[in-house]
Amino acid sequence: MGQIQLKQVTKSFGETQVIPPLDLTIQDGEFTVFVGPSGCGKSTLLRLIAGLEDITTGHIEIDGKDATDLVPAKRGLAMVFQSYALYPHMSVRKNIAFPLKMAKLDPAEINRRVEGAASVLNLTDYLDRRPGQLSGGQRQRVAIGRAIVREPAAFLFDEPLSNLDAALRVGMRMEISELHKKLDTTMIYVTHDQVEAMTMADKIVVLQAGVIEQVGSPLELYRAPRNTFVAGFIGSPKMNLIEGAAATEHGAHTIGIRPEHIDVVEDGGTWQGTVGVAEHLGSDTFFHIHNTGLAETITVRAIGDVSLTHGDTIHLNPRLDEMHKFGADGLRL
Amino acid sequence: MARAVSPRRKLMNTTFAWAIGLLIFFPILWTILTSFKTEAQAIASPPIFLGFDWTLENYSVVMERSNYGRFLWNSIIIAGGSTILGCIIAVPAAWSMAFVPSKRTKDILLWMLSTKMLPAVGVLYPIYLLFIQMGLLDSRAGLVIVLMLINLPIIIWMLYTYFKEIPGEILEAARMDGAGLKEELLYVLTPMAIPGIASTLLLNFILAWNEAFWTLNLTAAKAAPLTAFIASYSSPEGLFFAKLSAASTMAIAPILILGWFSQKQLVRGLTFGAVK
Repeated sequence: MGQIQLKQVTKSFGETQVIPPLDLTIQDGEFTVFVGPSGCGKSTLLRLIAGLEDITTGHIEIDGKDATDLVPAKRGLAMVFQSYALYPHMSVRKNIAFPLKMAKLDPAEINRRVEGAASVLNLTDYLDRRPGQLSGGQRQRVAIGRAIVREPAAFLFDEPLSNLDAALRVGMRMEISELHKKLDTTMIYVTHDQVEAMTMADKIVVLQAGVIEQVGSPLELYRAPRNTFVAGFIGSPKMNLIEGAAATEHGAHTIGIRPEHIDVVEDGGTWQGTVGVAEHLGSDTFFHIHNTGLAETITVRAIGDVSLTHGDTIHLNPRLDEMHKFGADGLRL
Repeated sequence: MARAVSPRRKLMNTTFAWAIGLLIFFPILWTILTSFKTEAQAIASPPIFLGFDWTLENYSVVMERSNYGRFLWNSIIIAGGSTILGCIIAVPAAWSMAFVPSKRTKDILLWMLSTKMLPAVGVLYPIYLLFIQMGLLDSRAGLVIVLMLINLPIIIWMLYTYFKEIPGEILEAARMDGAGLKEELLYVLTPMAIPGIASTLLLNFILAWNEAFWTLNLTAAKAAPLTAFIASYSSPEGLFFAKLSAASTMAIAPILILGWFSQKQLVRGLTFGAVK
């Protein structure tokens, strides 16, 4: 069981309110990702749930029970930190066993669970090493191991992959997703990386300045962003947000069109421009296009390797059925 | 990045460092040498450096005349006791200031340090009276308390700087893992700060061992440590430099040996966290 409910939760540091009143329900077994730019309050929110920070007003319920005033240890949650936060003076085995030792479990049971977690996480050969003798990915696995042995009501991840290199990050992303499927436990995952959010989440919570901008499944957010902020934040490369005459034409203050929803055509086309930077990835090519008559630079994603380079003229056709329209207040029309 | 140092420069630096080291060590060396001279050679002018008749007579006289073992035992109890007691108080105090600071933490730290600026003699009278009232005069327990209090600001300051070096996330992880305050201190913080704690305790032990003002003023016979043992040789009957030197050598020998064997630990602790 691991349903987490935030009711009218606020957080202030001195005079500054970083989280205005906020309501959120995370269902049991759900993989929820808090995503947003740096300083949006996502880590603070996670720390409030963990109990590492006290909330200023409001209530937090875990499995229907008020946990607002419970100390972190009593909330039944496990956390994986960005810096791994392993105990440097203990072996991997002792690190993983630490929460069980704190729970005063029987040594045989501790050993059984540590061995179990180590085999799930491929750490069996490293149990007697110190964290300092491990690579970044292995350290992160130890941190996850330390979390799973407790069999917590929910896992909290605070940007756990941001210290890893790109290749390792993709691998660990998969491992965490698989772990979620295997354990079927509630997970809350904080990241600023929208790719991580899109690939891992059942539910994404997009935050900006402590305010929830939108909650939904990755595809809901991709297909129907509630406002221009979510539209610009979810999706890579970013959605083109165009204002002015081109938008008014469609009866909106701002129109949004994703780079993958603009077709490159031989000639004609709604917009014509000059290719600025062309990023050839092999499978795709991203063009950044200037001089279209629009105020904004347009980003286009073409499938495959399209042989246009800097300075070439390009003809573009946005798919009208994929166009998003926003009002002057930034909200979806 | 290491700077390139020419061999000539390196030689000069080394010579200079040794010269300073010898300068600091010379009084100790002279005391040790004097302890092996006769009283006449000890005050000879010009002074004799090595060419004297080596004798152990001073040591046997000193051993005969006073109970060295009792002074030594008092020193060990007083320095050890004040160090342990100080540690028990200073670890939680430094923990709270390093990890749950309040607006006034910096002020408290400065205030504690400011007590070290007060001349000790300024509080001698009130403490002396308190000791009489409480029956602590010439007792080891009294000296343990006074020396602990005197060194406490330094222990707290040192531990505070070591604790500040420990990432807060590790302690938060311990809290998430179900550790209460006691477990957090016992299993996580203390083992991680061991180099710092060890050097703080060593330094405190040395300071307490060498402390003379309070030990001389608050003891008579029962609780007198080695400092009082040395002082007893500068008596009104006249100065006996050779015997005084023998007594001094015997008093400083234990701490010198301790310092020698723990120098690695001391240096490591004192520079702990200076280089990441």
